[in-house]
Amino acid sequence: MKAYIKAISYYLPERIVTNEELLQEFPEWSVDKVAAKVGVNTRHLAASDETAGDMAEKAARKLFAEYGIKAEDVDFVMLCTQSPDYFLPSTACILQHRLGIPTTAGAFDYNLGCSGCIYGLAVAKGLIVAGIAKNVLMLTAETYNKYLHPSDKSNRSIFGDGAAACLISTEGIAEIGEFVLGTDGNGAENLIVKTGAARQKQPTGLSSIDDEGHERFDDYLYMNGGAIFNFTLEAVPAMMKQVLEKNGVEKDNIDYYVFHQANKFMLNTIRKVCVLPKDKFHINLENTGNTVSSTVMIALKDCIEEGIISAGMNVMITGFGVGLSWGGTILKF
Amino acid sequence: MELQEFISAFAEQFDDTDASEIQADTNYQELDEWSSLTSMAIIAFVKTAYNKEVTGKEIRSCETVEELYNLVASK
Repeated sequence: MKAYIKAISYYLPERIVTNEELLQEFPEWSVDKVAAKVGVNTRHLAASDETAGDMAEKAARKLFAEYGIKAEDVDFVMLCTQSPDYFLPSTACILQHRLGIPTTAGAFDYNLGCSGCIYGLAVAKGLIVAGIAKNVLMLTAETYNKYLHPSDKSNRSIFGDGAAACLISTEGIAEIGEFVLGTDGNGAENLIVKTGAARQKQPTGLSSIDDEGHERFDDYLYMNGGAIFNFTLEAVPAMMKQVLEKNGVEKDNIDYYVFHQANKFMLNTIRKVCVLPKDKFHINLENTGNTVSSTVMIALKDCIEEGIISAGMNVMITGFGVGLSWGGTILKF
Repeated sequence: MELQEFISAFAEQFDDTDASEIQADTNYQELDEWSSLTSMAIIAFVKTAYNKEVTGKEIRSCETVEELYNLVASK
């Protein structure tokens, strides 16, 4: 039994924040230079009353409409999010009901960030191959902007909110290959929201200056950019080689690379270290920003629609980030 | 690892600063163009050129290019 991606759609919230808007808030900031480096011109923001669950629902409804998929055919729902609607229950359970998916379907949330889409595909493939499910609805949705401090211009320029929906099935448009996964919890503190959950439920209101001179707020998302950069340059090139080996594919036989769209500067550096040709390496986060677990699905959808990815192609996809966590596989279109 | 090589590669991480402005004794954090993004570029350059990890904190702890070179060379 093999597992396939059958359909992909995504949803971006209505509100768009331009670099000009950010510039008004931070007039001393050379926003053009930053935009050129990180590669983001506009990003979408979830409305104040719009949750990751709401966005995931919209992405799923788009998927159903675009591909004529019936909710009753879905027999498993999983949602990747680090901004769930509630501590409990799983937002995926609420989505089962809201989307009209049968009560015989399994459903759960899983908490991952930029590697989340890869892990979702790995688990979905497992469910299909084991005969546990036939049509897995994988949703990825994130509202990181709600975790960002208003003064955190770096992360506000990079991250955009968004959601993606993907149906994994017994047949479809791309066969899901073998996976390479990895984890290093030793780097947990380098990308973290410290308060609000069980370890420190009450906000502390505290902030300090980090190693790089950035203000670090306990109650908001913190990213140690340098540490994450070093981790990425260590983990991703090694993973790329492992993905090739595990799938028995030569580098020359990969037609296109869709890596997690972290930011343009990081992607360019990874591309150079991995010695990958520019024309085979996807970089496009201009109008979305880094949407965390949704970047790979958004990119795949865009590439399919634009004809960049077509039948017969081998496409390597990878995700890497918060956890620290990483994963990759090859899709055979 | 050679100082002169390091300096010229270091200078390449800047977009608007002329390479001639960057010497062994240049206090790089005082350059107009210096920012956390340049620091990120230095981290990437050290990792890719020498396969060594330098942290943002270490980059901030050095004053001159030569000091940073010595720190990287000692790793």
